[in-house]
Amino acid sequence: MTADEARARARAVVDYTGAERLTMNMGPQHPSAHGVFRAILTLEGEEVVAVDAVIGYLHRCHEKLAETLTYAQYPSIASKTDYVAAMTSELAYVMAAERLGAVEVPKRAQYLRVLVAELQRVASHCLWLGTWCMDMGGALGGGATIFLYCIRERELVLDLFESLVGARLLYGFHQVGGTRYDIPAGWTAQCRTTIDLIETRLLEYEQMLEGNAFFHMRTRGVGVISRELAESVGVCGPLLRGSGVAYDIRRAEPYSSYEDFQFAVPVESAGDCFARYCVRMVEFRESIRIVRQVLDGLPEGPISSKPGLKSVAQVRIPKGETYARVEGARGEVGCYLVADGSAKPYRMKWRGASFSNLAVLPHILPGHKVADVVAIMGSVDPVFGEVDR
Amino acid sequence: MTYPEARGRIAEFAGAEVTADGPPLAVAVPAAAWADFARFAQTRLGCCFFSFCSAIDWKADGLEVVAWVANLDANVSLVFKARLGAGVTACPSLTPVYRGADWMERECFDMFGIRFDGHPDLRRILLSDDWDGHPLLKSYPVDAPHPPYR
Repeated sequence: MTADEARARARAVVDYTGAERLTMNMGPQHPSAHGVFRAILTLEGEEVVAVDAVIGYLHRCHEKLAETLTYAQYPSIASKTDYVAAMTSELAYVMAAERLGAVEVPKRAQYLRVLVAELQRVASHCLWLGTWCMDMGGALGGGATIFLYCIRERELVLDLFESLVGARLLYGFHQVGGTRYDIPAGWTAQCRTTIDLIETRLLEYEQMLEGNAFFHMRTRGVGVISRELAESVGVCGPLLRGSGVAYDIRRAEPYSSYEDFQFAVPVESAGDCFARYCVRMVEFRESIRIVRQVLDGLPEGPISSKPGLKSVAQVRIPKGETYARVEGARGEVGCYLVADGSAKPYRMKWRGASFSNLAVLPHILPGHKVADVVAIMGSVDPVFGEVDR
Repeated sequence: MTYPEARGRIAEFAGAEVTADGPPLAVAVPAAAWADFARFAQTRLGCCFFSFCSAIDWKADGLEVVAWVANLDANVSLVFKARLGAGVTACPSLTPVYRGADWMERECFDMFGIRFDGHPDLRRILLSDDWDGHPLLKSYPVDAPHPPYR
């Protein structure tokens, strides 16, 4: 297909000629997009009848980049795919390399990885809740109130990360063989105070939202994803569990010692925005529960089997291929790695949770009002660094 | 459905060869049977969950497509692959079987130039429509200037 044909085809998807239909361009710079996302909506009155989703504005070709960087170099770049939950994408990449290279990871490092992954989930869900509720704005009595509350709590978690690794957003905490940093003195106490505080604040959010009739009107029965659609599109994480599938990779295929911890996997059957909200609110608490268990049971010992990893020669990955996946804040974050025995991967494929989750939008938006598009987008919780990679 | 059961059923599918017992179960299929095998995995193995599909460029040996699906209830994961052969860029589309294949195949087309026969809307997804070339091909150099960045 030539570029002209492609453009003609792209135009043909949306019917611009219909007398009764209006084509509205939403984005790419739209506050509810949480990034750069363009939805070409075809409307009949206020109702959406077709959606052409345009992504790729944040594409940096991570997969090509990964072919040019060594196994020791790429983990810190991996955090730039899903920058709202950077810890999980780093983890997926190093796990893939460790699996191929049969690299041992000390128990303490595995626990530290769980610790940061769960704190990251709390921080990420804070941002999701705040921005989503702000999107639904006026209906929630002022809109920005809950956003600022959630950001305030997220800052506390970022403070923890800052004292752990020195960075607040993109960490470089993981390396092949373990972690790069150990927790500093006094950190455990600070962490316990923080999660205790967030746990009490969660109750405030729930009272604020669930006591509000508008919140229920905007979320119940809106953006329903059936179980069949969810599986066929490959949506994952809170969306999949909100559609009645009890599937969590931490449970189905435990990694990094998740089998040592007690936690519940919340499932809702309604498949609407409210169900996804309920799932995430339980996940908040389960993550806090896991963090407490890690702090209680953190074993002594080394944090890496390759301490001070700097040179390329320290990581030898034999020929082979593997797919390592972790349960990130948005679902299955996977790294498909093909190694040819050299210092760099032959091929690396990111399976971004947000990419698959966002792909469900064209299937569920038709039939909804334009205002619901905003509520549904927010409930999907896309991070465009991970969609576009 | 367990892994041995799934393996037994795959033996029914002519041309499919199990290359690893898993998890995940790895299967090599002929390119012509690519979509048929996906339908088989969905109906006979209960693999309704579509995780991803992508491709690998083996240079002179041509392109290989790979897809990962799963039966979430039984917790059985299946990865299947097909070699398209040297110089071949056509492949049957999985979109009639899995709706998630829509965007994934568009990305594959964008990055590798694979034409998925039967895809309803095959156009670039991440790169702009007027981009030249397919960046994840090994023949696409990393450091050479490409328009519009000269």
